Amino acid sequence: MNNTSENVAAYNFAYLDEQTKRMIRRAILKGLAIPGYQVPFASREMPMPYGWGTGGVQLSAATLTPDDRLKVIDQGADDTTNAVSIRKFFEKTARIATTERTQEASVIQTRHRVPETPLTEDQILIYQVPIPEPLRFLEPSEVETRKMHELSEYGLMHVKLYEDIARHGHIATSYAYPVQVEGRYVMDPSPIPKFDNPKLSDCAAIQLFGAGREQRIYALPPHTRVVSLDFEDHPFDPSKADAPCALCGDTHSYLDEVITDDAGTRMFVCSDTDHCQTRRAAGHDKEDAA
Amino acid sequence: MHETTLEGGFTDAPRDAAHAFRACMNAMARPGRIETLRGATPPAPLSLAAGSLLLTLCDGDTPVHLTGAHDSQAVRQWLAFHTGAPLAATPAEATFAIGAWEGLVPLADYPTGTARYPDRSATLIVEMDALDTAGARLTGPGIASSTTFSVPDLAALQANHALFPQGLDFYFTAGDQIAAIPRSTQLEDA
Repeated sequence: MNNTSENVAAYNFAYLDEQTKRMIRRAILKGLAIPGYQVPFASREMPMPYGWGTGGVQLSAATLTPDDRLKVIDQGADDTTNAVSIRKFFEKTARIATTERTQEASVIQTRHRVPETPLTEDQILIYQVPIPEPLRFLEPSEVETRKMHELSEYGLMHVKLYEDIARHGHIATSYAYPVQVEGRYVMDPSPIPKFDNPKLSDCAAIQLFGAGREQRIYALPPHTRVVSLDFEDHPFDPSKADAPCALCGDTHSYLDEVITDDAGTRMFVCSDTDHCQTRRAAGHDKEDAA
Repeated sequence: MHETTLEGGFTDAPRDAAHAFRACMNAMARPGRIETLRGATPPAPLSLAAGSLLLTLCDGDTPVHLTGAHDSQAVRQWLAFHTGAPLAATPAEATFAIGAWEGLVPLADYPTGTARYPDRSATLIVEMDALDTAGARLTGPGIASSTTFSVPDLAALQANHALFPQGLDFYFTAGDQIAAIPRSTQLEDA
């Protein structure tokens, strides 16, 4: 026990050194001042591999105060490896309280989902972002994509969505669906399902996005207007699996498809585990939808 | 060395700075809303809020431009001891600038970022006698419909917004109060 507390004392609050936090904090403020614009920052090596949320972890470390209650979700779930290890990381290095309840959390770090429960103005949502540049798969050069953002030259993105329609008859992009922020910057909302895109707009909480490997931070202040790109004759459709949750019967939440045997049997369950558990605790079950 | 130089920093730097940053972030994310910011006790004429903000955000990477009464030996030494931030001789070199509005203008001299990197711009900390939520009408990101805030020079801030996405970001401080108007905020006469 003594040994453990000595080890904990050896960490600065929330792991990062103060100079690093100041650098990240300045980037967050510039990101909030220019919504949707990707601010470069000097991303640090974290004690986890790139791709495991190092950008989100650095944002959390720079944002957390000792009074915060942290929730971490991975694809909506609180109990997956990534979520559990990041939660434990901050329990150990910042000694802060954690929770699995969306309403109780003041800071929520997320990988690829926005919680079903509407967020409040006392909450901060921190996204883990793999590729922050929405144009990257269309234009590999950072010099070129910077120029495209400078000139608001987003025709290439519309061509990409049009090609979806030409090939599939509808816009087949189903996650990391590009959005435009306040009519200016086109932004990657991180690989959230497009079902979650409408939750980004006019959200009461501060939303921060961190890409560790790509060394970019961007942000949405509360009540920012965020529009998913579309066409007049092919309007944006925040689709989800057409089924109720097999556990709580919710017909409005985003669902995961779970294969239950090797004969092709499947079930659809809420991706947001807290949402599903809260509903079941309140007496809802799969009969609800019937 | 001034007698107050070594005093007045954060007592528990990581935790005090975390609380202070939360106030700075909430202010910048919700333009015109007044937040409470304390932690540092800087030498006069620095306000508690401005001193805490400098300790939270400034270090060797951020040249600070002091203007007017804030360009005193006591403030210089306090800033140097607690943050290590170099002094910017001219506004053009500044990452942060601090002073009363009359000392900070003209705004045209500060870096507003480039078209490709609009984040490479200065943040101005305007020391005020008091913060007042009656005044110009603000709209834009961070504001649900509209809000009001008293600004020292409406035309100058409107001109700054017209540069968006380039431009300057402003903190207004008085005592332990802080509010912000980033470049994204539209202002009009209420």
